Amino acid sequence: MDWNLLISQLMNGLQLGLLLFLLASGLTLIFGIMDFINLSHGSFYMIGAYFCGTVVAYTGSFVLGVLIGLVGVFIVGALVEWFIARKLYREDHLDHVLVTFGLILIFDTLVHLLWGASGIAIPLPDVLNGQITLGNLVVPTYRLLIIVAGLLVAAILYILVAKTRLGMLIRAGASNRTMVEALGININRLFLFVFALGAAMAGLAGMLIAPITEASIGMGNDIIIVAFVVVIIGGIGSVKGAFYAAMILGLIDTLSRSYLDALLGLAMPSEYSETAAPALSAMLIYILMAAVLAFRPQGLFPPAGAK
Amino acid sequence: MSWLPANWSTRIYALLLLVLALAPFIFTWIGQPFYLDLLSRALILAIAVISLNLILGFGGMVSLGHAAYIGIGAYSVGIPSYYDYYNGWLHLALALTVSAVFALVTGAISLRTRGVYFIMITMAFSQMVYFTFLSLEEYGADDGLVIYSRSEFPEFISMEGATGLYYWIFALLLASLYFVHRLVHARFGRVIVGSKYNEQRMQALGFNTYRYRLVCYVISAMMCSLAGMLLGNFTSFISPDMIGWARSGELIFMVIIGGVGTLFGPLVGTIAFVVLEEALSAITIYWHLIFGIMLVALVLYGKGGIHGWLSLLDRKEEDRG
Repeated sequence: MDWNLLISQLMNGLQLGLLLFLLASGLTLIFGIMDFINLSHGSFYMIGAYFCGTVVAYTGSFVLGVLIGLVGVFIVGALVEWFIARKLYREDHLDHVLVTFGLILIFDTLVHLLWGASGIAIPLPDVLNGQITLGNLVVPTYRLLIIVAGLLVAAILYILVAKTRLGMLIRAGASNRTMVEALGININRLFLFVFALGAAMAGLAGMLIAPITEASIGMGNDIIIVAFVVVIIGGIGSVKGAFYAAMILGLIDTLSRSYLDALLGLAMPSEYSETAAPALSAMLIYILMAAVLAFRPQGLFPPAGAK
Repeated sequence: MSWLPANWSTRIYALLLLVLALAPFIFTWIGQPFYLDLLSRALILAIAVISLNLILGFGGMVSLGHAAYIGIGAYSVGIPSYYDYYNGWLHLALALTVSAVFALVTGAISLRTRGVYFIMITMAFSQMVYFTFLSLEEYGADDGLVIYSRSEFPEFISMEGATGLYYWIFALLLASLYFVHRLVHARFGRVIVGSKYNEQRMQALGFNTYRYRLVCYVISAMMCSLAGMLLGNFTSFISPDMIGWARSGELIFMVIIGGVGTLFGPLVGTIAFVVLEEALSAITIYWHLIFGIMLVALVLYGKGGIHGWLSLLDRKEEDRG
């Protein structure tokens, strides 16, 4: 067995898991607290990447790109909440799906209008472009940075949600919104903040991945579905659940892509396993979600007291 | 004029059906045979949208995975054709059987859930279908599959030619409309509609609502696979792209434009969608923007869709009368 390959695959899984967590943590809060299905959450991921790319192109500083990008996505998220989402919280889930589907079309086309049809690449500063040697393992510096940044944000979010008054309100909102309102909390302001925060975290995920993949139109539309799977598996409204589910999915997805082939090869002739493995590994997360929904619909780690 | 249908919306729908019946002649007459292609596509999608409306509009089951059944229907034509089996009855049987079995298994699991969970689980199952077809290298994977010849129905009505196919589509459309009309007015349909509004009550009345909803789901899936089979014949090129979740989203969009839970809503909604798509994309490459804004505006301000607006005419009529 190639241990170096295994370790680097584990790191890739961790990286994917953390990016998923950045997307899913906002999604699960918006879902859990406002009971709002935001299909266009992936648009914030895309917008983050474009904002960051533009700032980097003008200033040459990746750090500045991330900081200004975060503020920009936060504002875009707040605007979406203020003008659109707010009107829909009390409506049917079907309406949420439709409006946010419309928003995806709007954002994708606006990006097309502003930045053109081809994606934009984000150059990395030289410091991040190199590789780090750990023992006999060579790791790209930037991948390590994504992992560190992801863990850092997860830690900050944990402190925010678990240790602060604001976090207490957020948790209370996810468990019982009506009660929070009845206790005299300005629920509109809380919603606005949570929505914009979620957008900013999705934007951050987009900024982190863009130097590897480049920013492109519709880049969020596939990963957002996986983020939804994370939210469902983790339990709607549960940041902790989102974290564990994101890690599980990230690892399952990465490891199955590299090892399922060999695993199936033990049970069937290799010409079949070579075709079946990619399909099965792509499906694995959906199979997992269907199983969770069928046997434990509230998710693996539902927020305390949620109905 | 007592021979006229009683209200405006019915009159308009009757006129629409008449125009659809004569469409090939009208388009030849005005010298725009291309429009028949557009209309054929619209009517095929309308069948799928009618089937979605059966569960979504009448049954309250919001499926974000209905495009999977279009895919199953289309590949039921594509895969046999790849092996030179062009028998249409075989294609038909395959589409109906596979969709029914898939809907029975996934529906049985999905219908244990409610609301947003149902939306997500149907989406998950359709993604599984999507990735299955995406991985079938033999049948083109993401490059898609070309169908070289239409389904053959020996000693029956031929699908050949644009007009022949159009009347196949039109006949199946009429059949779907009539079928859904009869179904929702039968006892079965009343149970389905009843469990949308108050499932506990229906159960208290002694109905096994789970079983009714499951049967309804399977029926809807089979209808949708018919649309898929027609689409495979029509486009003569199929790819996993037909199954992606955005396609399912578009189907819901078409139901909403027309009017949820109405008989003709899905038909007019789909025609409006396809025509708008064609017209807007001819004007600007940024037509998705206009589309998106319309969608947002429709949900925020335009409740009831086209059918809702037409019924406003009826109400005015009643006020006057």
